[in-house]
Amino acid sequence: MRLRTICYYFREALQSILRNSWLSITSIGVVAVSLFILGCSLLVVLNAGNVADNLESSVEISIFFKDQATPAQIKEVEDKLTGLSEVAQYEFVTKQKALEEMKKNFGEQKGILDGLEEEEKNPLPDAFRVKTHMVEQVAPLAKQFEGLIQVDEVRYGQGVVEQLMALSHWVRTAGLVTMVLLGVAAVFLIATTIRLSVFSRRREIEIMKFLGATNWFVRFPFLLEGMFLGLAGSLLAVAAIYYGYFSIISSIQVSLPFVPMVSNRNLIILLMEGLLLAGLVIGAAGSMISVRRFLKV
Amino acid sequence: MIQLYDITKVYPNEIKALDNVTIRFPKGSFNFLVGPSGAGKSTLIKLIYREEFPTRGRVIFNGRNVTRMRRREVPFLRRKIGMVFQDFRLLPQKTVYENVAFALEIAGASSRVIKKAVPAALEVVGLKQKAGVFPGHLSGGEQQRVSVSRAIVNNPDLIIADEPTGNLDPETAWELMRLFLDINQSGTTILMVTHARDIVNEMKQRVIELAGGQVVRDEEKGTYSL
Ligand SMILES: Nc1ncnc2c1ncn2[C@@H]1O[C@H](COP(=O)(O)OP(=O)(O)O)[C@@H](O)[C@H]1O
Ligand SMILES: [Mg+2]
Repeated sequence: MRLRTICYYFREALQSILRNSWLSITSIGVVAVSLFILGCSLLVVLNAGNVADNLESSVEISIFFKDQATPAQIKEVEDKLTGLSEVAQYEFVTKQKALEEMKKNFGEQKGILDGLEEEEKNPLPDAFRVKTHMVEQVAPLAKQFEGLIQVDEVRYGQGVVEQLMALSHWVRTAGLVTMVLLGVAAVFLIATTIRLSVFSRRREIEIMKFLGATNWFVRFPFLLEGMFLGLAGSLLAVAAIYYGYFSIISSIQVSLPFVPMVSNRNLIILLMEGLLLAGLVIGAAGSMISVRRFLKV
Repeated sequence: MIQLYDITKVYPNEIKALDNVTIRFPKGSFNFLVGPSGAGKSTLIKLIYREEFPTRGRVIFNGRNVTRMRRREVPFLRRKIGMVFQDFRLLPQKTVYENVAFALEIAGASSRVIKKAVPAALEVVGLKQKAGVFPGHLSGGEQQRVSVSRAIVNNPDLIIADEPTGNLDPETAWELMRLFLDINQSGTTILMVTHARDIVNEMKQRVIELAGGQVVRDEEKGTYSL
């Protein structure tokens, strides 16, 4: 294709956009809003999944020992664990190890825990972490250890994961429904804009046709116009989400350091690229609808 | 060069615009197509550049069956035909130069070709000095000359003109007619629909008369009507 022709396509597309500027702006806005919602719900789902993954590992029973528990008493508990068929795996966590893990969770704020390293100052107890095969086995299993003299406390966090998964599922469904509705609206709004462009250029199209223009020569500027509207909308959405998300992340990392947010830039950028592609597809789909219906070439 | 064989055209609303028409247009000929309004003149030329399909019959252009042509071949057919209409059909937001260049751009010509061919085509119609003017600032006669210039810039084999002088005063119409004669002299076939009685009578060219969708007269060196 000649450079001259490519320039022609772009010039024509831009002219159409400027000519129908209000409708163009509205189309861009609707694409932006729908992709913004899509992006936000994807991020929520992504983060809910991430939090759930982290919590899943905490749906386990922690058997905390009293400070004065002897190694023999601990061994006694371990023997009992080995004998139980519900136990999928278990792990002995010394107080030192527990402190290190906590530091890791606190990330940059780990300074709070400074000075607790010495054996006597460390407030954390030795513990067994036990996983069951099934979530339902957690509570009965925990009961069996609750009364033992060497055991200080038995803890488990059943229910949290289920709630989180339900929330994530709900966000996913609501986000998907809104996104589909808005996406369809965006496609049709773009189709309307393009239809108007086609209409305001019908004389020109007629002339092009008797001068021997190919179908694609006539169609391409309109396709480009739609794709441009879609891309502009998605760029707005991506910019808003990208800056919004990373500022939210950085404030969460300061105030709630233990909440595991997805902050992998490559993953987020991949998501943004997906949104840009979605914008292009929405734009192309909208203009194809109008070009096919109103541009009998 | 162009042959119409037993053409019948019935529009979807049951109107029979053409009824068993057979005509040949030899290469390099000058042909007037006359007849009352609604006789089927415009329909006939639409069949040639495949704006419409015949209900029956065949249209042959340079040995090719136009009716059987594939859709994507149609643009190439049309680039061999220069069109001139009563209402000029120029693009108001493009200059004279750009209007003529547009025909070449559509055909995918290079900038080099465009830079040579457009001034040459404007020269033929005597509008080279108006290249940068917008059509809205030209007289009707000048606008029609721009559209003739656009029609010839691709070096077409055929020029079809549907009432090209319909909006022009008699003197301007004559100027335009002389232009068509010049173009015809250089070997381009011309098919012109017209109601300009005096011009047809004076020009002494072939006249085909349609009435009610049928050829009722076909004369070399004919007149507008008997
Ligand atoms: N697209 C169309 N659909 C239906 N009828 C048409 C169409 N075009 C022309 N006709 C009818 O066909 C007849 C011939 O029209 P036309 O070829 O335009 O005549 P002319 O150009 O000789 O005045 C007329 O009766 C006209 O109303
Ligand atoms: Mg007519």
